[in-house]
Amino acid sequence: MEAVLFFLAAIGALGGAVGVVAMRNPFYSVLGLLVHLFSLAVLFLLLTSAFIAAAQVVVYAGAVMVLYIFVVAYVGGGGESAWEPIPGQRFFAPLLGIAIFVELSIAVLGSALLALDTDGPEVGAGFGNPASIGEILLEKFLLPFEVSSILLLLAAVGAIVLANRKAPEEAQ
Amino acid sequence: MSIEWYVVLSALLFAIGATGILIRRSPMVILLCLELMLNAGNLALIAFSRMVGNEEGQVFALVVMVVAACEVVIGLGLIVAIFRRRLPLNVDDLRELRG
Repeated sequence: MEAVLFFLAAIGALGGAVGVVAMRNPFYSVLGLLVHLFSLAVLFLLLTSAFIAAAQVVVYAGAVMVLYIFVVAYVGGGGESAWEPIPGQRFFAPLLGIAIFVELSIAVLGSALLALDTDGPEVGAGFGNPASIGEILLEKFLLPFEVSSILLLLAAVGAIVLANRKAPEEAQ
Repeated sequence: MSIEWYVVLSALLFAIGATGILIRRSPMVILLCLELMLNAGNLALIAFSRMVGNEEGQVFALVVMVVAACEVVIGLGLIVAIFRRRLPLNVDDLRELRG
C-alpha cells in the first residue's frame, strides 16, 4: 500500500515537474506545478510529517499558486523566442541536468549513511504533528522563527513598493 | 519504502528544475523552476529528518518554505514592474545589468 502510494505520488511529482519545464504556455506550467505540489504533499505524509504536508497544501497550493495565476493572467503568455545567445544551449542544458542528477545520486548513494536503505526508526504517533513541530519551533528555534516572520514582512512591503511604482509615462 | 527512494526522487526533481532554469526564457517560468528546486530540497530535508527520527529537519523545511514565499513575492513584483514599463519579459533581452 505504501509502495503504491509512493509510486503514484512520485509519478505525479515528476510529471508535474516535467510539465513545468516543457509547457510553452506559462498558465499550463503553473498548473503543472500545482500537480507537483499536491504530489509532494502526499510524499510528505508518507514520511510522517503531517504538519509540513498541510502547510504545503495551504501555503503553496493555496496562496502562492493563486499569486502566480493572477500574475500570469495579468501579464499574459507570450511565446518564447527561438533565438539562442549561447549556441546549442537547448541541447547542452538537459545534458547538464542529467549530469547534476548522476552526481547527486552518486553523492547520496555513495555516502556511508547506514540508515539510508531502511525505512527510518520507529517513531511515535505524535511525530511531525502540529503540536510537536510548534513546540520545537517556539522553544528551540524561536530566533529563526522571528527572523523568518520579519523576512515575510519585508517581502510584503517590498512587493508593494515594487508593484506600485509608476511607470515613467504614467507618472506624467 | 526506504529513504533512498525519496532522496533519489528529490535529486531527480532538482535536476529537472535546474534544466528548466537553463532552458526557459520567460522570468515567470524560471521562478516556477526555482520553486521546483526548493521543493526538491525540502523533500530531501524531510526524508533525512525521517531517517534520523528527528523533527528538526521539518522545521528547517518550514523555513525554506518561508524563504520560497518571499522569493515568489519579490520575483512576481519585479515581473509586474517590468510588464508595466513595457519591457520584454525575456531574460535574454533584459541584459542591461550584465557587466
